[in-house]
Amino acid sequence: MPQRKVLDARNTFCPGPLMELIANMKLIGVGDELEVLSTDKGSADDVPEWIKKVGHQMVGTTEVNGVWHIVVRKAK
Amino acid sequence: MNPTRMSIIVVSGSLERLQMAAMVASVAAVSGSEVAVFLSMNALPCFLSENRAQAPTEGAFGESMQQVNVPPFKELFRQAVELGDARIYPCSMAMDVLGASREQLESYLDEPLGLTKFLSDAAGSQAWTF
Repeated sequence: MPQRKVLDARNTFCPGPLMELIANMKLIGVGDELEVLSTDKGSADDVPEWIKKVGHQMVGTTEVNGVWHIVVRKAK
Repeated sequence: MNPTRMSIIVVSGSLERLQMAAMVASVAAVSGSEVAVFLSMNALPCFLSENRAQAPTEGAFGESMQQVNVPPFKELFRQAVELGDARIYPCSMAMDVLGASREQLESYLDEPLGLTKFLSDAAGSQAWTF
C-alpha cells in the first residue's frame, strides 16, 4: 500500500523546499508519495523541473490560499 | 540523464555571493551534476567551524534575506555533499595564510587542494565563480 508523507516547508525560500523533498525522497519506498507544502512560488516551479530531470513522477500541484501542495511519487 | 561537471570557485565572503554559490552547488549536485567547489580568499574563513559570525551583506538584498527564512548557505553546502555529488575543497594556499588546519574547518569539507590539482580536475568542466 503506497504511503503519502506531508512535508511542511512553508515560509522557507528556494531551494529549501526542494532540499527537504530530496532528503525525504531517500527515506521512502518506490511508489510512495511526498506532499510538500510551500509558500514559495519558485519552488512550485522548481520541484516539477527536478522531478522531470531525475525521473520521478509528478502527481500534481494545487494552490490553496497561498500554499502550494506539490505531490510527487518516487518512481525508482 | 546527461551528467555535467561543474567547477565552482568561491572567493567572496559576502552573504549574497556565498548564498548564490551554495544554491548553485546544491541544486546542481542533487540534479545529476558532479560538482567541485574551491573555497579561497575571503570565502574560506566563513568555513572555520568556530566562526559563528554572520557573513557581511553587500547590499539591500542581503539585508532582506536576513529578515526571512532562507536556508543558511552552510546548510546548503552540507546538503550538496550529503544529498548530491559535490565535493568542497579548501584552497591549500588560503589554509596556509590563515594558519588553519583541516580539523578547524566544517566537517563536510574535503581535504585541502592546491590550485594546480583543482585546475587540472576542472579541465573541460563548466566553471563558475562567486
